[in-house]
Amino acid sequence: MNVHGVWALYRYEMSRTFRTLWQSIVTPVITTVLYFVVFGGAIGSRMENIGSVDYGAFIVPGLIMLSLLTQSISNASFGIYFPKFSGTVYEMLSAPMSPIELVMGYVGAAATKSIMLGLIILATATLFVDVRIDHPFVMILFLLLTALTFSMFGFIIGIWAEGFEQLSFIPMLVVTPLTFLGGAFYSINMLPDFWRNVSLFNPVVYLVSGFRWSFYGEGDVAIGVSLGITAAFLVTCLSVIIWIFRTGYRLKD
Amino acid sequence: MRLLYCPAARLVIGKHEYSGGNNSCLESGPSPLHLVAMSSVISIANLSKTYKGGFKALDGVDLEIERGEIFALLGPNGAGKTTLISIVCGIVTPTSGQVLADGHDIQREYKKARSKIGLVPQEISTDMFEKVIVTVNFSRGLFGKAPDSAYIEQLLKDLSLWDKRDSAIRELSGGMKRRVMIAKALSHEPEILFLDEPTAGVDVELRRDMWRLVSSLRERGVTIILTTHYIEEAEEMADRVGVIRGGEIILVDKTEAIMRKLGKRRLSLTLQEPLESLPAGLGEWSLELADEGHQLLYSFDANEERTGIPTLLRKMTDLGIGFSDLDTAKSSLEDIFVDLVSDNGDGKSAEAAE
Repeated sequence: MNVHGVWALYRYEMSRTFRTLWQSIVTPVITTVLYFVVFGGAIGSRMENIGSVDYGAFIVPGLIMLSLLTQSISNASFGIYFPKFSGTVYEMLSAPMSPIELVMGYVGAAATKSIMLGLIILATATLFVDVRIDHPFVMILFLLLTALTFSMFGFIIGIWAEGFEQLSFIPMLVVTPLTFLGGAFYSINMLPDFWRNVSLFNPVVYLVSGFRWSFYGEGDVAIGVSLGITAAFLVTCLSVIIWIFRTGYRLKD
Repeated sequence: MRLLYCPAARLVIGKHEYSGGNNSCLESGPSPLHLVAMSSVISIANLSKTYKGGFKALDGVDLEIERGEIFALLGPNGAGKTTLISIVCGIVTPTSGQVLADGHDIQREYKKARSKIGLVPQEISTDMFEKVIVTVNFSRGLFGKAPDSAYIEQLLKDLSLWDKRDSAIRELSGGMKRRVMIAKALSHEPEILFLDEPTAGVDVELRRDMWRLVSSLRERGVTIILTTHYIEEAEEMADRVGVIRGGEIILVDKTEAIMRKLGKRRLSLTLQEPLESLPAGLGEWSLELADEGHQLLYSFDANEERTGIPTLLRKMTDLGIGFSDLDTAKSSLEDIFVDLVSDNGDGKSAEAAE
């Protein structure tokens, strides 16, 4: 195990985060605050409780999850795409680093940044609404699993992308709609049966539902199912990454 | 294919290898790599690379790099130099063949192999927003070495980068950026250093600094493999030279042996009266006219005992051809290189080598 290598890569990526602190942390926090003002304050005050939860508090897990997903993907995809773009990827490829070690460095840093952001948004939310966390360990587990899984997903996008347009294509066209339709702002139980069943094919439903369960003990699907689907997505992403390094797909000629 | 492996001076022409005057060559079978792996720091056997588009960049390359030597790889653009280096360093995947770096297979034992190798790529590729010291420390860590501030300080001082250690790389001049690339490659104390055209586009001062650095690294036992377009530098610095053309190694030998074996000398005679054509009486010498008939040029083999010059001069006197000046010149490695890589030179070089 190249511990020094993993640590060097992790620190290097984290230092990039701190160098671009404004974009990294402040912008998503401001965006989330705006969501709270609009959905929690302006619209939420006219909404009924969902289950036993006030609407403003109900959207907190969904909003954190929305930021967690998009930030994990963008951090990790940019993290690996930029060396490819600038040519510095030669150093990663020529270093005595196994694929798993490279992923630990890149994905570890991207996930750390997303989790930090998620916790900052959670802290910000408490300024606007009453948030309770019934199952803090499950919440941390979901934060970790989601950040790691979607950082790996972002890593795959970063390797696949051949231009900055492609880099933003998947997050904009796939992830954001899936998150909005994944029950971040509503319970899928509020949908007609047909659309509820369609929603069950959306993986984000399971993430938001499980994460919300850790807060309020209520979710759209059973917590075990949420954890299982998230873990399955993690294994899928990891398998794709291992395949990428074995074949050198878009990394090596 | 059968190969002869000679630990001392060797000459390879195409797929054939010739002994450089010693009889200690080993004749090997189809898998000779293990026989030479112990004496060589890099052993390349039957290495081929065909890119996805179908371009064959390397075609059955066999090459041994000896421990502690400076090896210059020469070849025209697109000959396969960078592909060869990139495969050894792990950046490009070979189509077939085997490479051992310090006895470790670059694919099966890639971690052990890569930890021995440093690479200075042709392009300046580094995070321009990062500080010099951060990027150099990062490279050291990436290659599995614990932080060593004293070593990094000395390295940066040797490369005149210490004063710039806290500067962002984008603020540095082109020459300084190239020094940073060298510092990154040396940060993990590699035993093998690849320099892919290190002096292309750098000023004279930096070129001199680089060659001083190369000399001092060699003194410390580092094996250096470089590609360069400045052939006079290869002539001056390299212990051995390899010439690659069209993905094939067409010649490998000690620099002075190449100069001796393939070098030509040329006699230039400035004539008192210009000649319109070569007289029939001079047909037995390899002559040509230059400068609108004012100069008579005679090329001869530098190693021949009998150069034919005295008889030529006597014959010219007999024919009444006077000359006012004479000069002789020895071909440089560059002349030999140009001769080798041009299609016309193929036959001549093989003949000369044999």
